[in-house]
Amino acid sequence: MPNLKDLKTRIESVKNTRKITKAMQMVSAAKLRRAQEAAEAGRPYADRMNAVMANLAGASAGAEGAPKLLAGSGDDKVHLLVVATAERGLCGGFNSSIVKLARAKAAELLAAGKTVKMLTVGKKGREQLKREYEDIMIDHVDLSDVKRIGYVNAQSIAKDVVDRFNAGEFDVATIFYNKFESVMSQVPTELQLIPAKFEAETGAEAPFYEYEPGEDEILADLLPRALSTQVFTALLENGASEQGARMSAMDNATRNAGEMIDKLTIVYNRSRQAAITNELIEIISGAEAL
Amino acid sequence: MATIQFDLVSPERKLASVAASEIHIPGSEGDFTAMAEHASLLTTLRPGIVKVVAGSDVTEYVVTGGFVEVSGTAASVLAEHAVPKAEVTTDIVNALVADAEEAAKGTAGAEKDVADKRVADTKALLELI
Repeated sequence: MPNLKDLKTRIESVKNTRKITKAMQMVSAAKLRRAQEAAEAGRPYADRMNAVMANLAGASAGAEGAPKLLAGSGDDKVHLLVVATAERGLCGGFNSSIVKLARAKAAELLAAGKTVKMLTVGKKGREQLKREYEDIMIDHVDLSDVKRIGYVNAQSIAKDVVDRFNAGEFDVATIFYNKFESVMSQVPTELQLIPAKFEAETGAEAPFYEYEPGEDEILADLLPRALSTQVFTALLENGASEQGARMSAMDNATRNAGEMIDKLTIVYNRSRQAAITNELIEIISGAEAL
Repeated sequence: MATIQFDLVSPERKLASVAASEIHIPGSEGDFTAMAEHASLLTTLRPGIVKVVAGSDVTEYVVTGGFVEVSGTAASVLAEHAVPKAEVTTDIVNALVADAEEAAKGTAGAEKDVADKRVADTKALLELI
């Protein structure tokens, strides 16, 4: 029979765990709201940028002398996978789902005889991928000191990627992140950064613009910015997804802890009763023996 | 008087959305004023000051990098950095100048011209604020 004292300690410890997970859930809920607001605040810029880029890119795609960021290097031998994950754990399957998608893509590319390089953003993804892919990791971006993701963070990542592309280190770049659908669901997503792809809003008729300076100059000027914007959007979506995932994971944990406490309390009460009954039997038998 | 819808957005937030009567914009090829019924125009920005006139209200924003999309009914400024002029301090501009100078390093040819222009334009902001 389990010791009463041990049981009591166990119940106390689970209660403490429940307090922690509950607190984490509350914190995530507050952070989620902020992250969602940030993601929403960034949307008008990203949408407009995308629409204009789709318009410009559509006109110049396939044309001679299109910028390399748009047309690509003319090859697709070397792939760069940018894997954006969280800096912290305890957020359910958030990190694993991104890593899983990236791993599948890497395996597929390697099987097709391509060269794969990896750039990780966020500690957790790096930890998971390190064992398998350490020799192909070219860099790591640490955002653990960043309290609130800013455009500058995205800009520096994008600049790094563009510089490497210009140096001929890879032909195709893809970023992996979790798209925020709701608190319950985050969708691991891959987005091709280079050659750049812009999806035009369907049905929207592109207005006729006068361009100043010429279309090509504007395109060349805006492409790196558009890239930064795409990375920024990915980071913001990731931020909101992380908090959402953590919130539901912690909610589950709190519930599980509650169930555990109920079960343990029943065992504890039964044991206590059994002990009392035992003592009674002993006393009565003793009295009868006299 | 006819008004034109003015939106100023940066990647991080939407700074302004008002019906304005005229907007002064520092385009990369020169300053211009957008009013209602302006021809559709897409141009890049140079570091400078966007001035929005809505009735008797005049608001000014310091912007760097980005582009402007003007149509007959709306003008949208998409700036990489945008700060209301009242909040701009010399320190902020100095940081922008440092950024521009950093970006100008190691460039050559046509790129250098563009980068140098950005440095000069940013420095010019110091006198405008």
